[in-house]
Amino acid sequence: MPSPRSVGHALVEGFGDRSYPVAILASLARMLIGYGLAIAIGIPLGLAIARSILIRDTIGSAVVGLQTLPSICWLPLALLWFGLSEKAIIFVVVMGATFSITTAVEGGIRNVPPLLLKAGQTLGAQGLLLSLRVTLPAALPAILTGLKLGWSFAWRSLMAGELLYSERGLGRILTIGRDYGDMALVLATILVILVLGLIVSRYVFEPAERALARRWGLEAE
Amino acid sequence: MKIELRGVWREFNGQQRPVTALEDIGLEVEEGEFLCLVGPSGCGKSTLPDLVAGLQEPSRGESIVNSGAHGAPVLIFQEAGLFPWLTVRDNVEFGLRVRRIPRARRREIAMEQLGLVRLQQFAEALPHQLSGGMKQRAAIARALALDPPVLLMDEPFAALDAQTRDIMHQELQRIWTETGKTILFVTHNVREAVCLADRVLLMTARPGRIKDEIFVDLPRPRSVSNPELAEVAQVALDHLRDEIQKAEREEFDSGWLYPEGRLPASGPGVVASPR
Ligand SMILES: Nc1ncnc2c1ncn2[C@@H]1O[C@H](COP(=O)(O)OP(=O)(O)OP(=O)(O)O)[C@@H](O)[C@H]1O
Ligand SMILES: [Mg+2]
Repeated sequence: MPSPRSVGHALVEGFGDRSYPVAILASLARMLIGYGLAIAIGIPLGLAIARSILIRDTIGSAVVGLQTLPSICWLPLALLWFGLSEKAIIFVVVMGATFSITTAVEGGIRNVPPLLLKAGQTLGAQGLLLSLRVTLPAALPAILTGLKLGWSFAWRSLMAGELLYSERGLGRILTIGRDYGDMALVLATILVILVLGLIVSRYVFEPAERALARRWGLEAE
Repeated sequence: MKIELRGVWREFNGQQRPVTALEDIGLEVEEGEFLCLVGPSGCGKSTLPDLVAGLQEPSRGESIVNSGAHGAPVLIFQEAGLFPWLTVRDNVEFGLRVRRIPRARRREIAMEQLGLVRLQQFAEALPHQLSGGMKQRAAIARALALDPPVLLMDEPFAALDAQTRDIMHQELQRIWTETGKTILFVTHNVREAVCLADRVLLMTARPGRIKDEIFVDLPRPRSVSNPELAEVAQVALDHLRDEIQKAEREEFDSGWLYPEGRLPASGPGVVASPR
């Protein structure tokens, strides 16, 4: 086990020679693209599944199955499809995050209290207007939970992907640490990955959840 | 504006067998009338206003709402059903927004309606910050903001405590007098019906049919504690007693009300007397 001191040294060095900043930016860039795509696919898919029994019985059941599959299983396929490229890793991230977002959106929509829908209808909202003005806002807390879950799945998938194959990124530094038997570097990198995850959850998702809970009256004053 | 139901049936696909909620309902509500519908638990009381509001279709028969240019009836529920993410004022503006009324006008109407239910100072509050009675008043303001010719109310005060309910009875009578709306009000509480209505329709236990009609010709404003009102309520209750018992027999397991070993001598058909 490396001493805390050597881990600290590895951290200072990594930030000093800019290898951590560069890696963090590379990983976050992939996250933004992959997670963004997962949201862009996951939310509409969840809406569609909640809306149509036909889609639920077909794609919906597939989504439930796919959700249990560790996303790294997609990497070999991704490498065959996209070659050794950025696209392959981003594909793994998308597959890791999309279905948990889809499931949360679908559940959120289906759990919207019928009373609110009836209230919306009797006040004249129908179709798209009812969805936009009632269903979506009512499902928003559940959707946010799904987004948070999706983020952590995306982060895990990204690290797994980078670990197995990539040119840049935090996962790559982990591999270098292993290849050179540099345990301090490995631990320092794990720390960086952990702290990044914590920062996002602490400064992005938690405030958003708190704000929603306060607004929606889900939280005691 | 007139509501007319002709030979209306409503059936549901129950778990084991189809359930007839409403059977051959015929009724008319005159413009400006305050009509109460009273019936035992599960007799289709909530189904009827849903039909009139167009939230459900009758299985047979027709529900004619002669709304013309005046807009559709608006339904008010037992739980206020306010949108928790909107302030009280935005809730009241909801229907106006759907109709694309300009913002300034929306605001004006919302404040006016909140004034009518005396909630103006809570315009910026969120629903979860209101008491039960205040929520219900906000829901009434939200419905009135659309200036519907007909208000449909499904046990709107059932979840309130007795004092608040008394106040709401006074408020609703005042609002009705001030606005001249047609009101179809559903309740299982005979006294409440007699207190509010010009005319009370009594419904049978499920399948719900209309059993009797009682005209209430007492001076307003009335209060449930009014002794003359108690007399009329007694008459209505006598008419309903059988139906209440029938509904109880359907909804409770037989013998459920009796402690172990003390089942009534006359067998499973007998149930405790009505409340
Ligand atoms: N969507 C539905 N599916 C199946 N059965 C239904 C449905 N809605 C109502 N019912 C049945 O129809 C009957 C009448 O329902 P309704 O809600 O109109 O009764 P109610 O008089 O309002 O009852 P309560 O006094 O409990 O409010 C009930 O027996 C109920 O079980
Ligand atoms: Mg009901």
